[in-house]
Amino acid sequence: MADTKTLVLGHKNAEDFDRDEPIPNELMTINMGPSHPAMHGTVRIVLTVDGERVEAADVQPGYLHRCFEKEAEYATYTQIFPYTDRLNYVSPMLNNVGFAMAVEKLLDLTDQIPERAEYIRVLVGEISRITDHLTCVGASVMELGAFTAFLYALKAREWFYELLEELSGARLTHAYVRVGGVVKDLTPDFKERLSHILDKLEPVIVEMEGLLTENKVFYDRMVDVGPFTAEDAIAHGLTGPVLRACGVDYDVRKDFPYSVYDRFEFDVPVGTRGDCYDRYLVRVFELRQSIRILRQAMQQIPEGPVVIDDPRVALPQKKSTYNTIEAMIRHFKHIMDGIRVPAGEAYTFIEGGNGELGFFIKSDGSGRPYKCYVRSPSFVQLSSVSKTMHGHLISDIVPIFGMINMIGGECDK
Amino acid sequence: MSAKVLEALKKKLGDKLLATESAHTDDTAVIDRATLVDAATFLRDDPEMAFDAPVFVTCIDRLDLGLEPRFEVCFQLRSTVHRHRVRLKVPLQEKDPVLPSLTPLWPGFNWQERETFDMYGIQFDGHPDLRRIYLYEEFVGYPLRKDYPKDKRQPLVRRDDLD
Amino acid sequence: MLELVTTRLEDAANWGRKFSFFTYPFVTACCGMEFMSVAAPKYDIARFGAEFPRFSPRQSDLLMIVGTITEKQGPALKRVYEQMAEPKWVIAFGVCASTGGFYQNYHAMPGADQVVPVDVYIPGCPPRPEQVLDALVLLQNKVQERRGFSQVRHEREKHAAGGE
Repeated sequence: MADTKTLVLGHKNAEDFDRDEPIPNELMTINMGPSHPAMHGTVRIVLTVDGERVEAADVQPGYLHRCFEKEAEYATYTQIFPYTDRLNYVSPMLNNVGFAMAVEKLLDLTDQIPERAEYIRVLVGEISRITDHLTCVGASVMELGAFTAFLYALKAREWFYELLEELSGARLTHAYVRVGGVVKDLTPDFKERLSHILDKLEPVIVEMEGLLTENKVFYDRMVDVGPFTAEDAIAHGLTGPVLRACGVDYDVRKDFPYSVYDRFEFDVPVGTRGDCYDRYLVRVFELRQSIRILRQAMQQIPEGPVVIDDPRVALPQKKSTYNTIEAMIRHFKHIMDGIRVPAGEAYTFIEGGNGELGFFIKSDGSGRPYKCYVRSPSFVQLSSVSKTMHGHLISDIVPIFGMINMIGGECDK
Repeated sequence: MSAKVLEALKKKLGDKLLATESAHTDDTAVIDRATLVDAATFLRDDPEMAFDAPVFVTCIDRLDLGLEPRFEVCFQLRSTVHRHRVRLKVPLQEKDPVLPSLTPLWPGFNWQERETFDMYGIQFDGHPDLRRIYLYEEFVGYPLRKDYPKDKRQPLVRRDDLD
Repeated sequence: MLELVTTRLEDAANWGRKFSFFTYPFVTACCGMEFMSVAAPKYDIARFGAEFPRFSPRQSDLLMIVGTITEKQGPALKRVYEQMAEPKWVIAFGVCASTGGFYQNYHAMPGADQVVPVDVYIPGCPPRPEQVLDALVLLQNKVQERRGFSQVRHEREKHAAGGE
């Protein structure tokens, strides 16, 4: 009578089971992507696996390389704003603000932007940060199987899309910010609608957290997956929520304050372990801090113009364009030749949704940039992913990849 | 903003520091490629400097400006401890666009140097894996150079049923 | 008489096909956000029967090309299209997939129809969700009237084979 092991495993395998030396196997090469169900971006990962365990990962981006830098060399400064929208397309206003600030630095106009315009930039920037974190958390947990949390996040995101559509005309790619301010003033009921939406958003965050944060399945899938030490993270150039989850307190809004961020009280959440769970928690806490900033900005916003009163930079008013020849010529020159920026180069950085988003612009004195380089945080974060995947299972790639928030447009420019 | 960084570099390198510029709150040091690794190691290891975070690498093609040498590779560094930043610029001739890689010092420069190679054709000596990153291997040329036309496509596949 | 029966059967089959698309969302860029919004509760694509994305081309019949297609991505797109079984339809979602949009450069393909035949084009950058639903209804009409590319190709091949 055969014993249970032989009955269950079969005669041959039961012998193997008792052997001391390991069963021979070899490494296998598997291709993930470039078209894959993950919601974040199109990237190809060539995995070398030993069974389920990843030995090496060759991450190949570039499937969405849309030549932002080459297009920017052929477009005027104002025409580049729609291209910047499509860099980090889940937080488009932040890219607009960063680019506008970079051009203003070269023009030496950083202190002369009207206060109301600065406050509006902060308002729309923080709304974009909220949509970024909602999309990141929602899409990542959907890939893990939590479909309900994804629907809650998308429901909340729709409210912001409608609000920004009333303001700028487009749901997703606004091109609302201009060099010297913003394109037009807030709609009359913007503040009431925004505070109503923020009141509706807080219970949604509580619901989402209730489904996820204390969930044992979620916890097991995210804790100790893809950890980074603080020194490694800094040496790899990581910034943003990924770096803060490792315990390093670096936020551009606090350390190198720009615009009017030094007038707001907000905290910077910092993690301990640097794994995916901490990155998720940092993002959820940052949602709450963004809500705080928005409420304070709505209280403090002054009245005033929304575009700088400088004929070199701002388009003239429509009334004078139609009625005076000087304004019409100025309008024509602005549109055809662009804003003339004095020769020079400068690097400006802001806190984007993913980390330090920087624009390195070199100008040769004409209305088109000579070079416009984007320092995209997603690209840098993606370069460190192959190191974190080593030793994990294939199914751990999903939370790692989701929680670094690799946005294809920003990574591949 | 970080003028003392430039002074410390001047003291360390002496006349191997070709030039310094300070404009728009940015500090730049122009150095030769032979002194790049020494300068970078000093900037990383000296406790007063402590530049532990890489920010970006890129290249400026000065063909349309008519300046020589044609390429200028820029490295931007940041210090988490002292909160200062610096930019290092290395001029390169068109016929010989090679310079040592800073990836062994800061692993964050790995992909960014690959991107600079892909877009401009700058070779980095000592880089562990220098191959194209954004474009495919069959692409010929370096697109961000000023003499590459914007619209010159090199398609890999096209439809075969259109007649 | 036999043709009348087969035509009616085909109409019934197309009625079933048009109300139960299994989509393969070939998502690349910003239009993916609007695709998520279309699938979300407010603009519910589930009302039209097309809600469940099949993430394998062998199990799907509607290829939605969402976002910019680059030259590097071209072989992957072609391979995915060839792996789908007939009858299959293609929607080019967004202006980048239709004509290249405002990316006219060395890497963005001027439209996905350089590589695969497209049945419905949705302009917009990104298109509003209502435009997407309108496009889906247009495609449903095309399917019912047997005007989709793969259906026409099938008819042509059947006639060519029957003629010989």
